[in-house]
Amino acid sequence: MLLYLCQQMIGYTDTLTQADQAIGDGDHGIGMARGFEAVRQKLEAGSFTALDELFKTTGMTLITSIGGASGIIFGTWFRGGAKNLGGVAVLDAQGFSTWLVDGLAAVKERGKTKAGDKTMVDALEPAALKSAQVASAPLTEALAAAAEAARVGMEATKEMVASVGRAKSLGERSLGHPDPGAVSTYLILKTMYDFVAWANQSS
Amino acid sequence: MLDGLIATYNGRVRKLDGVTAMARVDIPDGKVALLIGGGSGHEPAYHGYVGDNMADGAALGNVFAAPTPDIILEATKAVHRGKGVLYLYGNYAGDILNFDMAAELAAEEGIEVQTLLVRDDVACGPIENRRGIGGAMLAVKIAGGAAATLDTLDEVVRVTSKALDNIRSISVALHAGSIPETGQFTFELPDDEIEIGMGVHGEAGVWREKMVPTDTLVDKMMELILQDLPFERGNEVCMLINGAGSTTNMELLIANRRALQVLDANGITVHEAVVGSLFTTQEMAGFSISLMRVDDELKRYYDMPVRSFGWTKW
Repeated sequence: MLLYLCQQMIGYTDTLTQADQAIGDGDHGIGMARGFEAVRQKLEAGSFTALDELFKTTGMTLITSIGGASGIIFGTWFRGGAKNLGGVAVLDAQGFSTWLVDGLAAVKERGKTKAGDKTMVDALEPAALKSAQVASAPLTEALAAAAEAARVGMEATKEMVASVGRAKSLGERSLGHPDPGAVSTYLILKTMYDFVAWANQSS
Repeated sequence: MLDGLIATYNGRVRKLDGVTAMARVDIPDGKVALLIGGGSGHEPAYHGYVGDNMADGAALGNVFAAPTPDIILEATKAVHRGKGVLYLYGNYAGDILNFDMAAELAAEEGIEVQTLLVRDDVACGPIENRRGIGGAMLAVKIAGGAAATLDTLDEVVRVTSKALDNIRSISVALHAGSIPETGQFTFELPDDEIEIGMGVHGEAGVWREKMVPTDTLVDKMMELILQDLPFERGNEVCMLINGAGSTTNMELLIANRRALQVLDANGITVHEAVVGSLFTTQEMAGFSISLMRVDDELKRYYDMPVRSFGWTKW
């Protein structure tokens, strides 16, 4: 699933570049592509038996390869979300929710951000809350619900004025554009859903 | 760029293996270490401030982007001599995220780290919002002197904090600099306008207006700085007139002359005035003025000789 995620995220480079050019310095797409390419190489080179190992490796690789603020934030999501997944071998809706809820807490702690600041938290938080509600559902349903919650959260960032990060110097000028990090968050969750839905169909 | 920078040190500074970071080769055992860093594109800031009685090492990011935690961690290990490490860098979200994470990783390896932020730009409202600009060099000067002299990390932090509390800066831009990766300018400014309070990555300033004579401009800038601390009659200061990248020395010297007149008229004495392009934004045109109020203790560290790419002083 993560290899598919890497491939898809690299494919979203132009989408994310355009989102970032509107309110940032335009390097988010290149950064995410660089990060997920590094993760792809790392995952193909190693073998993993537990989810925490897999997510921690993904997180650390994102942190060291993207750079700037995005690397830390997205890496912390993967890495922080893994802390209670030790020894877990198969991802189910419960594990998925644990990953989102713990990942969200780690991101908020690290970034000193809260919902409404026009950041990726505005997509991740509703996804985490939703996933906790549907933790006993089949994984496909849980992923679909979380991805949809992230999409709604991402759309809502268009109406927000940035208050942290470099976009904050734009003030009101950031209105009307979604936060690029929130766009990435939605795309990550949507891609995970696409993969699981596809795997279910073909099995 | 890094290879070229290290070459200027004639063997006194080395590049670290596998990361964009550098460290002095002769850091004594038992010395409190000073590590600085940030994105590239501001040369000689920050990495050009590594040197004797200045910083012990620096972690470099790409142009206008923070270095990653693994780079900072390697640099931390390279400068640590058993007495802890002070991180000193500008107040930017990306830098804070990466340096904080590196500090946690260093703590796991038993290295004590403390952090101080440069936030001297009076154009950004309350202190927690203030960006780090030209005054960084004065802060590194004091921190470097303190770290070379004092026995404990806590003492170095105390002296450096005192310097930071007494530094105030304001910048003005006439034309933008560009980012090499995209080839695009960081902001747009008409030829006949200036922006007061412009940040070192093109962040919005306080206000824009039509071009005015240097003296009028310097008077306004000095007013903004002096009232902020505030600097008062009888104070003694060190001043830096800093070029943003493509401003000529002649222009900086003209600004220096006027700034000194303003200080004199306000009854403020000058310990030393430094003029040069020491914290740049690529080829941005403009300059900044930084003042640091000094007492006997800060003067002692300020007066120490330094040898670095950015600044050499006897």
